[in-house]
Amino acid sequence: MPRDMEIALKNTKVAQKEKEPRGRSFFRPWMLILPPAAFFAVFFIWPLVQILAMSFTGPQSGLTLASYAKFFSSPVYLKVIATTFRISLVVTLVCLVLGYPVAYAMTVCSKRVCCLLTIAVLIPFWTSLLVRTYAWMILLQSNGVVNNILKSLGLIRQPLPLMHNELGIYIGMIHILLPYMILSLYPVMKGINRDLILASRTLGAKKGYTFLHVFVPLSMPGVSCGSILVFVMSIGYYITPSLLGGTKDIMISQAIQVQVNKLMNWPFASAISIVLLAFTYGILYLSKKVMHVQKLW
Amino acid sequence: MLWFFTILIVLFLILPVMIIIPMSFSASRYLEFPPPGFSTQWYQAFFGNPQWVNALKISVELAVLTTVLSLVLGILAAEGLSKSEFRGKDTIIEIFMMPMLVPGIIVGIAIYRFEAEISLASTFSGLLIAHTLMAVPFVIRTVLSNLIGLNPNYELASRSLGAGRLTTFFRVTVPIIKPAIFSGAMFAFATSFDEIIVTQFLCGIRITTLPKRIWDGLNQQLDPTITAIAAIVIVIISLVMVLSNSKTLFGREPRSVPQEETDLDDT
Repeated sequence: MPRDMEIALKNTKVAQKEKEPRGRSFFRPWMLILPPAAFFAVFFIWPLVQILAMSFTGPQSGLTLASYAKFFSSPVYLKVIATTFRISLVVTLVCLVLGYPVAYAMTVCSKRVCCLLTIAVLIPFWTSLLVRTYAWMILLQSNGVVNNILKSLGLIRQPLPLMHNELGIYIGMIHILLPYMILSLYPVMKGINRDLILASRTLGAKKGYTFLHVFVPLSMPGVSCGSILVFVMSIGYYITPSLLGGTKDIMISQAIQVQVNKLMNWPFASAISIVLLAFTYGILYLSKKVMHVQKLW
Repeated sequence: MLWFFTILIVLFLILPVMIIIPMSFSASRYLEFPPPGFSTQWYQAFFGNPQWVNALKISVELAVLTTVLSLVLGILAAEGLSKSEFRGKDTIIEIFMMPMLVPGIIVGIAIYRFEAEISLASTFSGLLIAHTLMAVPFVIRTVLSNLIGLNPNYELASRSLGAGRLTTFFRVTVPIIKPAIFSGAMFAFATSFDEIIVTQFLCGIRITTLPKRIWDGLNQQLDPTITAIAAIVIVIISLVMVLSNSKTLFGREPRSVPQEETDLDDT
């Protein structure tokens, strides 16, 4: 640090006292928030409020809860909710099971290997979602790469149905969301004090016991953070299920899309959107209150 | 055991992405693997088709402008939030983070409806506004967390030496938080360049982005032309990743400096 800066640091308090009250400028730091806040108010909050308002309208004038009643009383839409939650839960659990060992391996290996693993996780992370879904379509279609390899190995005669069903959704979504899980787990695991592991070992605990009773509990903040993040992202998923999934079991986002594009039923689409929004923020709220997840991103 | 699993999972992550590269040089008319021969037909098909090239051009322009606009808005918000204390500040931050957490389809229909009303839908500005909205949270998040951790004495020193607020910001604050700005810019660019859910509603006959063209190509028989542009993007991303980590990868293994931070950023 330059010498004059050091002197200045000592004098800052004096300087502050002198400067602030005398400052004639009407500038206050919070004013900087005004342009972005105005941008959000006009192009984000207002459109969302309109969606909320529209969800209470119907064919007749006046407010009505008809759209919500229709949504929660129809077995079709209850099944959509069930499908969405089932897919999200499976995707979250599989991501956790697959991501945990990778994140763990990243904390115990040499710096160079860790860097290689990080790159292997980050390349798919930065690659466009559409491109990755496209890759899976090439791999999984009935005359696709996977089926052709299995056929030429003589393992199967008929192509396996790998996409346009729930299996396709699982493969695609796990591939896209796994990096988020790993990148949530890794910093927490990296921050675990190695001395605690050593202490447990020197006190006579076996490797496996130490891992289960010392390392795993200490990694829990990463586990809950990653799981909530992946689950919340899953329930709103749209691109992957509509390209890799079938037409039978659709997720909530797809139901909204059908209402808007095919049926032009804006009030109903708005009502489903508000329900999905409530689910998303309900889960985030619960994770903050119950699991004390502080920061997701 | 651990390494066996790790390698399998990493292959699961990386192979499906990398398989695009050999397939983009396929001589076959169809998406066959392994490719029967080498050809650059899909690259010619891509760059020979003005529709594809135009979509790429619009996407790049859109991503650059989105990055600039979201940096301006995001840094203003982060600077304002980090320097002031008021009631409801946490709520404001939550609202700024919303476009990142609200499912894309909801943002899509909300913006689409609003922009259709003021006839901004299927215009370049309409797309720019939507993309900026989606990108700003990433800039605010990276820059704000850096500004909060910043030692306030640097700025105070500069101010007490007589520098104005603006000079202090550009000569002291910006150089310190440059990595966060850079990382925010990368997120903003990628957000815009990839965005499809909201974009899908806002594109029209007059304007189409690259992801929208890909989306249309996916719905029609998996157009193999997509492999060409996908391979280019994947190679660029891989190069950036490897080059930005080249010191750790190819340099001499540092001995007995275990506590050094790897530059993972906060991605």
